[in-house]
Amino acid sequence: MKNFTTVLKIAPAFLLASSMIHAQTQDSITKEKKIEEVVLIGYGKQKKSDLTGSITSVSAKDFNGGATSAGQLIQGKTPGVQITNNNGAPGAGTAIRIRGTASLNGNNSPLIVIDGVPQDFTGVNGAADPLSLINPNDIETFDILKDASATAIYGNRATNGVILITTKKGTAGKLKVNFTTVASMSTKMGNVDVLNGDEFRNFVNTYASDAYKAKLGTANTNWQDLIYQSAWGTDNNVAISGGIKGLPYRLSVGYNEQNGIVRTNSFKRTSLGLNLNPKFFDNHLSVNVSAKGTFTDNRFADGGVIKSATYFDPTQPVYSGNSNYGGYYEWLLNGGLNVNANANPLATLMAIHDVSSVTRGLGNVQLDYKFHFLPDLHFNVNAGYDYTKSEGQKQIDAQYKAGFNDKGSSSIYSMEKKNKLLETYFNYVKNISAINTGVDITAGYSYQDFLTSLPGAINYKGNAPTQINNDFETRNTLISFYGRAIFTVANKYIISGSLRRDGSSRFFNGTRDNLWGNFPGVSVAWKLNEENFIKNISSISTLKLRAGWGKTGQQELPGLDANKPNNYPAFAAYNPSGAGANYQFGEQYYYMFRANIYNPYLTWETTTTKNIGLDYGFLNNRIMGSIDLFRKDTEKLLVDSPIAAGDLSNHNLLNVGNMENKGIEGSITIIPIKNEKTTWEVSFNATHYKPVITNLLTRADASFNIPVGGIEGGAGNTIQAHAVGYAPNAFWVYQQVYDNAGKPVDGAFVDRNSDGKIDVYDKYYYKSTTPDALLGFSTKLSVKNWDFGLSARAVLGNYVYNNASSNSSLQSASTNEYLQNVFYTAPEYQFKDANRSFSDIFVENASFFRLDNVNIGYNFGELFTKGSNLKVYAMAQNVFVITKYSGVDPEVFGGIDNGYYQIPRVYSLGFNFQF
Amino acid sequence: MKSNKIKFKSIVLSASVIMLLSATSCIKDLEREPITDVTSASVFADFANYPNALAKLYGGLAMGGQVSGDGDPPNSDINGVNGGFSQYTRLMYTLNVISTDEAVIGWNDGNLHTIHKMTWDSSNEFVAAMYYRIFTEIAFCNEFLRNVTDEKLASNNITGDNLAEAKRMRAEARFLRAQSYYHALDLFGNVPFVDENYLPGSVNPPQRIERGALFNYVEQELLACANDLRDPKTNAYGRADKAAAWSLLARLYLNAGVYTGTQRNNDVITYCNKIIGAGYSLKSNYGSLFLADNNVNNPEAILTVNFDGINTQTNGGTTYLVHASVGGTMPASDFGINGGWSGIRTTKAFVNKFPTNGSDKRGNFYTSGQNLEINDLGSFNDGYAFIKFKNVKSDGTPGANNNWVEADIPLYRLADIYLMYAEATLRGGNGNMATAISYVNQLRQRAYGNASGNVASINLDFILDERARELSWEMTRRTDLIRFGKFTTGDYLWPWKGNIKDGKAVENYRNLYPIPAKDIIANPNLIQNPGY
Repeated sequence: MKNFTTVLKIAPAFLLASSMIHAQTQDSITKEKKIEEVVLIGYGKQKKSDLTGSITSVSAKDFNGGATSAGQLIQGKTPGVQITNNNGAPGAGTAIRIRGTASLNGNNSPLIVIDGVPQDFTGVNGAADPLSLINPNDIETFDILKDASATAIYGNRATNGVILITTKKGTAGKLKVNFTTVASMSTKMGNVDVLNGDEFRNFVNTYASDAYKAKLGTANTNWQDLIYQSAWGTDNNVAISGGIKGLPYRLSVGYNEQNGIVRTNSFKRTSLGLNLNPKFFDNHLSVNVSAKGTFTDNRFADGGVIKSATYFDPTQPVYSGNSNYGGYYEWLLNGGLNVNANANPLATLMAIHDVSSVTRGLGNVQLDYKFHFLPDLHFNVNAGYDYTKSEGQKQIDAQYKAGFNDKGSSSIYSMEKKNKLLETYFNYVKNISAINTGVDITAGYSYQDFLTSLPGAINYKGNAPTQINNDFETRNTLISFYGRAIFTVANKYIISGSLRRDGSSRFFNGTRDNLWGNFPGVSVAWKLNEENFIKNISSISTLKLRAGWGKTGQQELPGLDANKPNNYPAFAAYNPSGAGANYQFGEQYYYMFRANIYNPYLTWETTTTKNIGLDYGFLNNRIMGSIDLFRKDTEKLLVDSPIAAGDLSNHNLLNVGNMENKGIEGSITIIPIKNEKTTWEVSFNATHYKPVITNLLTRADASFNIPVGGIEGGAGNTIQAHAVGYAPNAFWVYQQVYDNAGKPVDGAFVDRNSDGKIDVYDKYYYKSTTPDALLGFSTKLSVKNWDFGLSARAVLGNYVYNNASSNSSLQSASTNEYLQNVFYTAPEYQFKDANRSFSDIFVENASFFRLDNVNIGYNFGELFTKGSNLKVYAMAQNVFVITKYSGVDPEVFGGIDNGYYQIPRVYSLGFNFQF
Repeated sequence: MKSNKIKFKSIVLSASVIMLLSATSCIKDLEREPITDVTSASVFADFANYPNALAKLYGGLAMGGQVSGDGDPPNSDINGVNGGFSQYTRLMYTLNVISTDEAVIGWNDGNLHTIHKMTWDSSNEFVAAMYYRIFTEIAFCNEFLRNVTDEKLASNNITGDNLAEAKRMRAEARFLRAQSYYHALDLFGNVPFVDENYLPGSVNPPQRIERGALFNYVEQELLACANDLRDPKTNAYGRADKAAAWSLLARLYLNAGVYTGTQRNNDVITYCNKIIGAGYSLKSNYGSLFLADNNVNNPEAILTVNFDGINTQTNGGTTYLVHASVGGTMPASDFGINGGWSGIRTTKAFVNKFPTNGSDKRGNFYTSGQNLEINDLGSFNDGYAFIKFKNVKSDGTPGANNNWVEADIPLYRLADIYLMYAEATLRGGNGNMATAISYVNQLRQRAYGNASGNVASINLDFILDERARELSWEMTRRTDLIRFGKFTTGDYLWPWKGNIKDGKAVENYRNLYPIPAKDIIANPNLIQNPGY
């Protein structure tokens, strides 16, 4: 009865809303011109209404404000697309996942294509996310290809989806100038919940030995507060566009300076962008010349500082009162430094000067030639060159603990990347009215070459000879042939088929056996709203049923390290050892030639995706959205897997196993109010997917798994594993035993196999890093000159391993002759056992609801000259998070929370002026 | 305009033809080979590279990886345990010394504490690391041997002196492989077997070999390569010669009873005599055998694992042994290092083997602030600290670097040969008892500085204790205790054996370490050792 009355209460509101909307649509149908949205589909474009694959387009008007990296622009906007900040450091960029994971290897990122140039997956020293080097203000549209029928045209790197980024172009006509400036202040969300000075004194006096009690101090220092600051930032952009004698151009200059919330961390980026779009020969030849340059200067805060600040003894003072070690308090032992103890975090920030500067130039020329004799045939050439150079230096001052034993050190490194692209394709578009069919055929060739070189870093130390590391250089070439045909029949039935044949030098093992892969894709769409029986229902404006099938490839492997791609995993080679790793024979030292492990059978990982979708729109698209059901089956998973002893190492890259991922995603956008003065739009999207590993290493035992997810607390301990029948990165833990009062019993775990002992066979798979659902919500309201927007996200069923909590115990506070703070759970749990780290008690439910962005703006309108516009806006990002997780931020990429640089809360004020 | 059309047509036609041609020729670009790493073919085509390839075989015992400080995968050789922890001699020390009365370690790392308590299981990460380290070393040796067969040497045009040296290098690789198989035989017993015929990337896992058969293989390999190795004391410092092969044969035969059930004491005597006859002599000062410059003026070392403060920088080896054994009130600078890691100390069972008046200088204990009794295994102050290796030279000056220790670790030295001779004689071998006693007395004379410690007669129990006194911390203790039936039984108890303060007997099956659970799962041909 209760529910029924609720429905009754809501029903009138619905009726009112729909009649309002209906009344307005009747009005606005006549007033508006229908502008057909055009979406990029990879080597071409299609009208949005004609798309057969699962593709979402987000353009500048829908972007989140205040983004400092491109990924943040579309956070929460699209179903199936999850964008997580890598961490809170400015310039750290984002990690993007489309429909979860289809692979087990380190890189599940989608292929990013910027103005037709596919990007390198590997980061650069100083820019973990290549997207962070692009100025978000220059981006016009993101076209996100989610299912294989859409991505198969990109073949070998498209398994995780493809994101096509188009930058803003000029339009012929009068000169237009757009100037934006934003000032922002960032603050931290909170501190890791460790004990304060008095609580810690209590804890040590209760549990530690007398020797350690004597080490307690009398201060009450909040170390975390000391390392964080309120950080100022500014972002300025000028864009000039127009046409000079019929040559449309756009020139943009941007300067972004952002300090990090950890002291000494700063980021500066200067970006230049130039787009020229002339047309020649009576519009038969369209040329698009695009050049982007970015100059970034980064000063990093030492990664260990956040952990030092979390765990440093709160009873000790910041300064020692004498001049040793820079005047900062440090743990001493027998008159010298205690080398095992953590270092004073403020001293570390003072001591380390870690800077890098990255210069990047991305230029490409696109020619689109419409044949004179056959105007329906286009010939397209895209030639691009992407150059990145990074240089850095990490200097550690001798007077502080961090540099004391080395008597100071300086490490100088650099890196250079040269990526080349040449793409050519023919495209024929014709409407054959005789059979009421539109035909769109594309055939092309692509050549891409990636060359990375890292000259050996040079390490200077005050008390040791200079060490020069070995140079490193690596290269990867990709060659492809592709073709696609799209048939649109009677503007109602659309069939699209594509095939791509890709070759990669990565799988070269001396023969050409494993180089090539074939990636087909086919999809159909049925525009139900064009059918006569639906056409007459005026309230249905869009109704399209889509179905697609496709195969895509994956050739990304875990890199040798963050900046060194592994390009020769199938080739037998010897690695010369570096400085300080030589062996003595007699009076001479010899570097060591090691035979690297390799897999001559290595080849592509292939994913087959099936997708069914429905696009709907009612009341002239005042209510619209889509629902997609998808299933991804991956075979020959590329994994760094343990192997049987006897080969050149105990791990090797193998094509091992199968994985399936089934999911559903949907979005709905409602525009309840739309008239001359007021517009109100509400959007909601939801995604659910469930990846399961179905097969690993066929001849192995059922209990085989691949441990991953390193944690602190041991030497090479891992908390997650890939196992058959479970989601990837499942937490592999012991089941905690609780006493009658609900308190956990130290070292007591459930003997799940009832064999009388607790060992690795009693571990079980508990949750994983895959959430149950991702929800996104956003709304925009504009009334006269005011506009207001907010966007929020929720992630449900997100689990995170709290490493700060697991690392804290009765002993961790007093060990190795120094005192160390503990997480607030330590006095509660009173754990001592060494195996406690593997208890499921530390795998916490980190479901959260986060208000990402709230903004309000006022448009002053034509203030100065005719056609000008001044807008002022205020914005807050990461406003609040609601979660039960006991750590600082529940959104930890990778699911293991250990010294994570938290995402800041940002308040900004901006001006946008155009004339 | 017609001419324009034709012009464009021909331009486009020629453009597409050029593209097609370049497309097909570009396909060769897919055959990319490593740039800064060197292909196998190039390495062995030039004899100048052979010492570098050999250096990895020896270096596999010294370094955990390819960079200073051992590195992380792929710079470190083994995955799953970080570089320094997975260094060969550090793991040998952990499994062969910490599991005995000679040492305890206070660190909380994972399951390290189960080693001394003798409560380890098949998922122990240190046991697994040793196992994988042994087999990676064997794989490196196999790879080298594949490339220095007579056929390969001929096809690479290696001739003359280079050819002779290459053949000796081949013998050294066989020695190193046999040595690692010996470690596998001693620690794990029944293991997978791979030789040059097991190719990298093999899809089928290796076959299993049982302890008895493995003993025979090691014996055959050592006998064969002994013929081709250089004569004793004629090879470069750090490289194996005939004496090294003979030393390992003596060890193998001494323990033959444990490995095969049949004693081989006469063979022990044979090889001990060969070594003793090769001209080795005891270093006059015991302590200087373990100092930073123990590579000079050392007539006693037969084969060493070499470290250097500038050139061979590892977190294992003697860097580990010196740093880990310094803590409490011990001044780090006395040991030539920048700070102690407060880890390893010793038990009273070991301390009590030495006379309390300190006349035996091998009993070099640091007692200030240390308790003889161990109540808390985690506290460095419980248990006397033991001073064995130092990063200080014989003139008192420190090693070149205060972090990376440069003392070398002796794998085989004359003192061990003397004791093996004595033991084999006591067990019924055809050695001379008087000679045996004189060898023992030479050791004791060095230890006491005079004849006050000399003995008139010896027995087996005395030899076991003397081995502890002379070869303390040199990775042989566990093997010795097993041979004497005292490693797991109640015959000999030491503090915290079996996780009881005064010690208790543990299960007999712990005379062998378990095959790591991961390899049992990955290789269906293997069978777990009994009890695990």
